[in-house]
Amino acid sequence: MRLTQGAFSFLPDLTDAQIRSQIEYCLQNNWAVSIEYTDDPHPRNTYWEMFGNPMFDIRDAAGIMGELQSCRKTFPQHYIKVNAFDSSHGRESLRLSFIVNRPDKEPGFSLERREVGGRNLQYTTKSYAVDRPEGERY
Amino acid sequence: MDTVITTDKLDLEAAFRDSQIGEVLDGLERELIGLAPVKSRIRDIAALLLVDKLRASLGLSAGAPSLHMSFTGNPGTGKTTVAMRMAQILHRLGYVRKGHLVSVTRDDLVGQYIGHTAPKTKEVLKRAMGGVLFIDEAYYLYRPENERDYGQEAIEILLQVMENQREDLVVIFAGYKDRMDTFFRSNPGMSSRVAHHIDFPDYTPAELHSISELMLEQMQYRLSPEADAVLLEYIERRIQQPHFANARSVRNALDRARLRQASRLFEKRGGLLSRQDLMTIEAADIRASRVFSGNT
Repeated sequence: MRLTQGAFSFLPDLTDAQIRSQIEYCLQNNWAVSIEYTDDPHPRNTYWEMFGNPMFDIRDAAGIMGELQSCRKTFPQHYIKVNAFDSSHGRESLRLSFIVNRPDKEPGFSLERREVGGRNLQYTTKSYAVDRPEGERY
Repeated sequence: MDTVITTDKLDLEAAFRDSQIGEVLDGLERELIGLAPVKSRIRDIAALLLVDKLRASLGLSAGAPSLHMSFTGNPGTGKTTVAMRMAQILHRLGYVRKGHLVSVTRDDLVGQYIGHTAPKTKEVLKRAMGGVLFIDEAYYLYRPENERDYGQEAIEILLQVMENQREDLVVIFAGYKDRMDTFFRSNPGMSSRVAHHIDFPDYTPAELHSISELMLEQMQYRLSPEADAVLLEYIERRIQQPHFANARSVRNALDRARLRQASRLFEKRGGLLSRQDLMTIEAADIRASRVFSGNT
């Protein structure tokens, strides 16, 4: 099952040229771009690992693309996303976030049911991938 | 391929006008006094890039030329100023994408402990992508007396990027001539990857005089006719003295003259001052310098 989180996730995967122009757009707006990765893609998992510090003071997408390549090399079978943070007053939050790398096989999520208080049901989702320990999931 | 060349005639003049490179070169001519070898080299590079662009439009091979440079020269000969111009020119010619200048020294590239250097150097390189990386006093990167010095690591990373990401950034090394020569001798890989070695000559007194006129114009001051003559004499004397730093010494001298002018005006307070008084530096302001005190 294809993971759909962040911008562009219902489109076919972006090519490197497209990623580059998205980053170029972020830099034009003076947003700080950062790269994060994870192998626990639960939709409520907002704490992805940072790949290096957020990159401030960068003028050209080439620097970030280089960093992205090295992240892909280190974690070829992880989810990787690019975030753009807007530090301007009143915003101070992410403006754009999109996935740029995904594992070859995405097993998807299971629906778990739990009976509580008599016949009531609670539902939760869980990625099939997280049954295995961290680092061996994909 | 031959037919293409004979049928399509390209207008070099039009391409030159379109690139607006003329403006930049004229600005260079106007605002940079002297430096003939530097200007001619910049013209060569500009011409090459322009011709390459035309070649590319005809489908002829036009591999991105290596434009890493080394600027050598005595202090105050305009290395940083020209580097800034260079970033602009290369941007106009479309060689670099953003045209900003990132100016660094050894401290910005080399770390203090093992494993600190590579991330630091990469950080700087990332910032410089799309522009020009200017490494001032580059010879400090290499310290032969300490074989464990981390400078070597920074040099290796630089070399790799200079070779593989030529289209992403241009690196300019700057420093004093003799020490840069030693630096390049001990790093042959570096020397062969730097295509342009440009030597900045010292200024003549007349050139320094025109430079001072330009500086004063920018600061909105003017010299009285006597002060003008005294300034030329000052420059001629200052050159003979130790620690002479070309244009920088002239700038410092003018700054001190401004200080003296200010206190001269301050002492005569009581009367009213005209715009003229506030703008004019008198001969006495310059003559009070220790350069004129006879003993050096």
